[in-house]
Amino acid sequence: MGVPHDLQSSFKEVVPALKPKEAIDEANRCLYCYDAPCIKACPTSIDIPSFIKKISTGNLFGSARTIMDSNPVGASCARVCPTEELCEGACVLNHASKPIMIGLLQRHATDWAIQNKANLFQKGEANGKSVAIIGAGPAGLSAARELARLGYQVTVYEAKEKAGGLNTYGIVSFRLPQEISLWEVEQIEELGVEIKTNTQIGIDVSAEELLANFDSVLLAAGMGNVPDLQIEGENLEGVLDAITLVEETKTQALTDKMVGKKVVVIGAGNTAIDAATCSKRLGADNVQILYRRTVNEMSCYQFEYEFAKQDEVEFRWLVAPSRVIGEGGTVKGLELIRMELGEPDAKGRKRPVPVPGSEFVIEVDFVVKAIGQKRLVPLIDAFHLEHNKGIVEVEDGTYRTSNPKVFAAGDIIFGGGKTDAMVVDAANHGRRAAHAIHQTLTDQKQPV
Amino acid sequence: MADLSINLAGIQSPNPFWLASAPPTNSGYQVQRAFEAGWGGAVWKTLGEPIINVTSRFAGLHFGGQRVFGFNNIELITDKPLEVNLKEMDETKKRFPKHTLIASLMVEHKQEAWHEIVKKVEAIGVDGLELNFGCPHGMAERGMGSAVGQHPDLIRQQVEWVKEVAQTPVIVKLTPNITDIRFTARAASLGGADAISMINTINSLIGVDLDRWLPIPHVDGKGAHGGYCGPAVKPIALNMVAECARDAQVGVPISGIGGISNWRDAVEFLLMGATGVQVCTAAMHHGFRIVEDMIDGLNNYLDQRGISSVMDIVGKAVPTYSDWGHLNLNYKVVARIHEETCINCNKCHIACEDTSHQCIDILKDEATGAERLVVREEDCVGCNLCSIVCPVEGTIEMVEIPSDLPPLSWNQRQAALAAKGTAET
Repeated sequence: MGVPHDLQSSFKEVVPALKPKEAIDEANRCLYCYDAPCIKACPTSIDIPSFIKKISTGNLFGSARTIMDSNPVGASCARVCPTEELCEGACVLNHASKPIMIGLLQRHATDWAIQNKANLFQKGEANGKSVAIIGAGPAGLSAARELARLGYQVTVYEAKEKAGGLNTYGIVSFRLPQEISLWEVEQIEELGVEIKTNTQIGIDVSAEELLANFDSVLLAAGMGNVPDLQIEGENLEGVLDAITLVEETKTQALTDKMVGKKVVVIGAGNTAIDAATCSKRLGADNVQILYRRTVNEMSCYQFEYEFAKQDEVEFRWLVAPSRVIGEGGTVKGLELIRMELGEPDAKGRKRPVPVPGSEFVIEVDFVVKAIGQKRLVPLIDAFHLEHNKGIVEVEDGTYRTSNPKVFAAGDIIFGGGKTDAMVVDAANHGRRAAHAIHQTLTDQKQPV
Repeated sequence: MADLSINLAGIQSPNPFWLASAPPTNSGYQVQRAFEAGWGGAVWKTLGEPIINVTSRFAGLHFGGQRVFGFNNIELITDKPLEVNLKEMDETKKRFPKHTLIASLMVEHKQEAWHEIVKKVEAIGVDGLELNFGCPHGMAERGMGSAVGQHPDLIRQQVEWVKEVAQTPVIVKLTPNITDIRFTARAASLGGADAISMINTINSLIGVDLDRWLPIPHVDGKGAHGGYCGPAVKPIALNMVAECARDAQVGVPISGIGGISNWRDAVEFLLMGATGVQVCTAAMHHGFRIVEDMIDGLNNYLDQRGISSVMDIVGKAVPTYSDWGHLNLNYKVVARIHEETCINCNKCHIACEDTSHQCIDILKDEATGAERLVVREEDCVGCNLCSIVCPVEGTIEMVEIPSDLPPLSWNQRQAALAAKGTAET
C-alpha cells in the first residue's frame, strides 16, 4: 500500500506564527498591567508586559532580549509552555475579554531574533573561574548562559550528538522544530561556552576529573528513557519507547513502518500524547492511548489532550497492559486488564486496582511505552550524591547537593507533582543554580 | 423619527451632516455620491485662482494600533478652473435641489476679487458662502487662508466686502492657529457674517521618518507644515466652538468642524452650540457611507429622549461651560472601585502612586493571597485619573461626597476676601 499522506509535511509546525498585523494588534491589546500577574505566573519571571510593549513600539530586539534575559530557552518555551496554565491563565483579561496570546507574542519576538540573527547577549569579563555542566538540556543551557555572562569559563558535557536536550530530541517537531532549540544552543555557544557533545560522564570523562578540574559542577542531566512495563512479551519487535520514537522523528528520515497500523500508547502524560500524535502522523490507522486511571488523573496538559483528540487519537481509560502477544517475534496483540480506582496515593491521585478476571485482548501492531522516565542513578552515584530514588537532593534555594562543590538542576532534582516537569521550570532551575554557584564562588574569594 | 433638518443662519439642510470643504468635495461626481449616501450638505472644495499641488500630500497619525487618530495635509484649494467647478456645482444643485450646497471661497485681499467670485457662484444657485480664512499651509504664505484668519481687521474687512454683494448667507471659516479664536470670531460677526465655522486645520508636522530622517509627508526630500485634523483635534475644536457659543459678542450661529467621526461627536458639538457639523477625515478614512450611522444614531438618540427636532438640542450644554473661577471649590468627588468588575490590572494604583495623589492601595488577603484595590477616600482629590486609565468601563466610579459647605467659587471667595481686605493671589 502507498503512503496515505505526506509524512514530511505532517511534521511541520502545526501552530502558525502570528502575522505582523496580528502581533501588533495583540500587543496593543495588552493592558501593560502594573505588578502583572502574568510575570508572577511565569516560572522564569519574564517581564511580559515589557516585552509586549516593546513589540508594540517596534523594538523587537529589545523584546527578544527581555524574554531571553529571563529565560535562555525562551524561544522553545514560547512553543511548549502550557501557557493557559501559566501566563495566559493569569492574564487579567480573562475576566474582561480574552487573555493576551502571550505565547504567540513571545514566539513573534524570538522568531524575529532568529530570523535577524540578533546577538542578544555578550559574555562577561573572564573571572578566572570554571564550571562544568553535565547535560545540555534546558537547565544546563540556562545555567551555562548565565555563568558565561558572569565571566565563567563554562564547559558543558552532553551525551547526545547535539545540545538542547528534550527541546532538541524529545518534543515533537510539529510543536517545536529542532532549529529553534539549536538556535538557543548557538546563542549560548557564542558566549564562549564549550559544549562537548557525544561525551558521557563515567564513560568518556570521570566524575573525579570534573571535580578536580573545575571550581564547580552542575548536574543537569535530566532523566533517561522509559522504564520497562515488566510484562511478558516486552522484547517483541514492535514494542517501542516513546522517547526514542519521538527522537527518531527528529533525527532520522521518517519511515512508513506505521502506515496503516494499529498503535497503542501506554500512559497519559505529555510524552504519551507526543508519541500518540507522532504515530498518527507517521500514518498509523488507529492510535489508542491506554491509561490505567481516568481522564481526571491524566498528567498531560489540557491543550495536549485536546490536540490529541484533534489528531483522532482515541483514549481508553481504566485499563492496564498485562501481556504483549506476539507472532513470529512481532507484536500482534495486547492483553489488557480492566482497572478500578481505589484509595488516593501519596500524590493524591486515586490508585488503580486491577479487576480480577477482566482480561481481554486487543489486536495491535505497535505498543509504545510512555510510563515515565528512568532515573540516572549511576551518574548520581558517580558523584556520591544523596538522592531519593534517583531524585538528587538539593538545598532549598541554592540547588547545592550533598557535595558542596556540586549543584543540580532540572529534571534530575524534580520530585514530581501532578504534571511532568516543564521546560520553563528547568530553565528557571538552571538560572537560579547558576546564580547560587556564582554566589558561592564569589563568597569564597572574600578574605575571611 | 425626529426632524433632523437644520436652519443655519437661514440655510436649510435636510440633516446636520455636511461634508467640509476638502478633498471629498472636489468634484460633482464626489458630492453627488455623498448626497446619494445621505449627507445633508457639502461645502465645495475651496474656489479661487487654480493652484498647482504637490505629491505627496497627506499623512496619518496612528496610535496604539488604530489608524488615523490624526491626519494632516498639504493640499491646497481647487486645482480646477472656476468655470469647471461652477458647471459641476450647477449640475449637482440641479440634481439635488434640497441638499445644501455651499461655495467655499478664497481670493486675494482685493474688494473686486471678492465681489467677482461671489457673484459668479451665487449665479449658479448655491445656498450659502463660506469664506476660507483657515487654511494654514501654502495659501497662507500667499497672504490668504489663515494669514487672513489671524488678523481680526483683515477678516472684518473682507467679510464686509463680501456682504456688499452677497445674496446668500455668509459663513466665515476660522483658523485655530491663533491665541484666542473669539477675537477673530467677533471680527467676523462685526463684519456682518451670518455664521462662523470652526475649526480649520491646525499647523502640524505629523512625524519624522526614523530611517531617512525626513519629515512626513515629504516632497522630494523636503516637507512643510500641514493642516492637522481628525479625531485627535476634536477636543480643541469643541472648546473653540463652546467658547464662541457662550460669547455674547460673537452672537452668530456656528457650524462645528474638527474630528467629528460619528453621531456622538456630532451631538457633543450641537450641545455645545453648533448648528450642524462638517466632516472630512472620517469620510476620508471610511468613505461616504459612514453618514448612515450618523443619521441613524442621531435620530435614535433624539427619539429615545422624546426630542422632536435636532434644533432643540443646539446649545443646550453651553450654559454649563464657564470659567475656572466660577467652579465650586466645595464640590467633592472621590473614586470608588467596584470589585466585582475589577480585573486587578493595578493600572489605577500605579497611575495614582506615580503621578497623582498616592491614595490607591493594593491590599493583600494574607489567607487567600487575593488582592484588592482600595481607595483611601480621605486622601483622594477626585482627579479622575484612575477612572481614566481603568480598562474596564464603569469599574471606577467617581462618587459625589455631599458637602456641608455652600457652593463657593474662587471668584466668590476672592470677592469675599477682598471685601475683608485680605485678598490672596
